[in-house]
Amino acid sequence: MLPELFFGYYASAIVIFSLLVVTRSNPVHSIMWMLLLFFHIAGLYLFLNAEFIAAIQVIVYAGAILVLFLFVVLLLNLREELKVKKFIGSWPAGLFIAAALLVIILSVVKSFVPGPAGKYSIEFIKQETHTKALGTLLYTDYLFPFEIASLVLLVAIIGAIVLAKRKKGN
Amino acid sequence: MSGIFEAITATDNLTLLMKIGIIFLKIAVVLGIALLHVAYATYWERKVIGHMQVRLGPIEVGWHGFLQPIADGVKLFFKEDIIPANADKPLFYLAPVIFMVSALTSLSVLPFFDRFVIADINIGLLFLFAMSSLGAYGIILAGWASNSKYSFLGGLRSASQVISYEIAMGLSLVGVMMMAGSLNLSEIVRAQHQYPTGMFAIPQFLGFFVFITAAFAETNRLPFDLPEAESELVAGYFTEYSGFRFALFFLGEYTAMLIMSSIAALCFLGGWTIPKFITDAAPFLLNVPGIVWFLIKVYSFMFFYYWVRATLPRYRYDQLMAIGWKVLIPLALFNIVLTGTLRIMGVL
Repeated sequence: MLPELFFGYYASAIVIFSLLVVTRSNPVHSIMWMLLLFFHIAGLYLFLNAEFIAAIQVIVYAGAILVLFLFVVLLLNLREELKVKKFIGSWPAGLFIAAALLVIILSVVKSFVPGPAGKYSIEFIKQETHTKALGTLLYTDYLFPFEIASLVLLVAIIGAIVLAKRKKGN
Repeated sequence: MSGIFEAITATDNLTLLMKIGIIFLKIAVVLGIALLHVAYATYWERKVIGHMQVRLGPIEVGWHGFLQPIADGVKLFFKEDIIPANADKPLFYLAPVIFMVSALTSLSVLPFFDRFVIADINIGLLFLFAMSSLGAYGIILAGWASNSKYSFLGGLRSASQVISYEIAMGLSLVGVMMMAGSLNLSEIVRAQHQYPTGMFAIPQFLGFFVFITAAFAETNRLPFDLPEAESELVAGYFTEYSGFRFALFFLGEYTAMLIMSSIAALCFLGGWTIPKFITDAAPFLLNVPGIVWFLIKVYSFMFFYYWVRATLPRYRYDQLMAIGWKVLIPLALFNIVLTGTLRIMGVL
């Protein structure tokens, strides 16, 4: 009973906060709701015994990415933004697409089967600690995908530097 | 997490109530002692800097000014609470609370002595990083919501400073994580006690240097106190705050300093233990409770904060960024590679 209650709270809170994020007219308020949203997502990870992912979720998303969002938003001229009544005119079309997506998702929910239980049971994770289990897996079985992901990020960093760097003489 | 469910759903209600009672008692004790420490940290800072500058410091209230923090607290509590016109009220109210809460929450994972910790979690160190990054929101929001140019500039400066130095601080502690093989703060202290030198500050001297520098920047202290540089920004991000809201920022800042000192004590200086070769030479020291060693280390680090404030001038902003990105982060990365290599070779 208690796990269901926990999950129900987190799931409904996440939906409500997501709605608040997209409906606020003040972008700074949107970001604050998003911060709360990220903390609830971290709560869901904790609920799955994924403590490392939960901490990283808060550090990376709330601590770094969202702060950069806030930076960009703070540099906007909010006085004009606040006067805009609606940001988009075609919201009925968006609502239709979202409703259609909801119907599709609901219709496939029935065919959802839980995956087979593998080596990494809750007891195993508890004994090994989540960080250690994840690290071992990431640096042995999934080393190649992990390296590819880091290479992709490196390309993005270099791209950002090339775009932002001023040429000499300009 | 499922441990919580087991604890709450346990059939034996008495032990459950007792468990919850013990947790509440621990929280009350830690909060009370920490806030008292924060109050007297301000007193000692004024006293220490006063004597370093050949002044007396607070002397009027009580014996040698010993009641000064209490007088200050009472004064701040009864001051008028002024809110600037056109301030974003909800965020203006929220900012000091976020700042204070993130600092106080960090106290919950610190082991003050053996087996005395409110929440002994496996990711203690990461939790501390997460909370310190949450504190940045308090500063940025205070700067933005005040609708004042001084506050806004202070907030922006602080945001970029905290983000930059968080990376260096995180990386500087990776060496400690590799030496201890754990993110649990109690485990880190125990690993240090097993280690021949008894403190990770000796094999991890590079990491310790980076950590100290980053800790000063993270807590917006001199020589990196540009977010609240009084000669150019009045008081930076909390310029417009008054009364008790200002007090919350003030307390939060000193709590953050105490937490940084505690992390230094736990991760680099051996926490509540002292090196084995000392206790072998003088066995009677084993009778001293662990909290004494822990507090001595924390107080020394706090004294170091004051000492630096009384000694060093403020850096320029471009110098601050250059130190963070071009010196500390490469040093911390080098430290990680070095530690890893030496660990594989079996030297460390």
